[in-house]
Amino acid sequence: MSDFLVLKVVAKLLIPFILLFGFYVQMHGDYGPGGGFQAGVIVAAAFVLYAIVFDVKTARRVVPMAVLVSLACLGVLLYAGVGIANLFYGGRFLEYGTLAHDPTHGNHIGILIVEIGVGITVAAVMLIIYFSFARRR
Amino acid sequence: MWLRDLLASAMVLGIYSLLMAALWVVLDAVDVAFTEAAVGAGITTVLMLLAIALTGRQEKRSRARPWVPLATSLGTAGLLIYATLGMPAFGDASAPAQLHVAPYYLQNAQAETGVPNVVTSILAAYRGFDTLGEVTVIFTAGMGVLVLLGGATKRRRKLAESSTDESPSEDST
Repeated sequence: MSDFLVLKVVAKLLIPFILLFGFYVQMHGDYGPGGGFQAGVIVAAAFVLYAIVFDVKTARRVVPMAVLVSLACLGVLLYAGVGIANLFYGGRFLEYGTLAHDPTHGNHIGILIVEIGVGITVAAVMLIIYFSFARRR
Repeated sequence: MWLRDLLASAMVLGIYSLLMAALWVVLDAVDVAFTEAAVGAGITTVLMLLAIALTGRQEKRSRARPWVPLATSLGTAGLLIYATLGMPAFGDASAPAQLHVAPYYLQNAQAETGVPNVVTSILAAYRGFDTLGEVTVIFTAGMGVLVLLGGATKRRRKLAESSTDESPSEDST
């Protein structure tokens, strides 16, 4: 798709807002609808749009596969790491209340970190699947 | 609706997903609607289109008679519709779903977690172990695709290069 000028301009305009909306859904998931799963998919959709309008090769240079694989691992490890940290703070696995002096505050922090982990993994895995399929053409 | 064009089928599936999302909004399940619209209508459709681009746009005509699968699915659908007659009325306060842990979550979730969205607090805190499993499933799916599709092309390209560069006698060793 080298000569679709309108598509390219519109995509360039849209992608920053899609990413911004993804981050909003991620960080605002505890106050409104949303959370890690939805945010991860929205962020991945921004890159998928980039890959469709421009080129899969260009998109793969923006986010190389090695980075995506490390991000996918990082998300899961971040989630499980919160659980392990809870063990060290004297709680049970994934007992977020031990993260702060006030259990309510600790729960809130735990939920935020865990959701970020979910978002990172979901976004990375969606892009891994997309790129794996797209490059076989 | 009977379609042999797989591209049209993928689009119909995406539209169906979007309508389902609208239905979830009407039922006040905003988080589910959000997921349905993003995953069901968005990413799934893109992946379907990619798969169609890899395989082909038209469904192959099969010679097999579809009567047994048709009878099975119609029978199952009939049983399921019959089972819905025994369900509690929509929004019934005495339905089992409203009596088990739901009241506890609704009353205590915000005080215990400081998170106003009950769905998020249940997903990430009360059922945190469940969600960790879900994330692991997604991670495993990505790694599976990568192992199945990612490495194969590289190896095939390498094989193609070696078969053109080297003589057949070296290739067989």
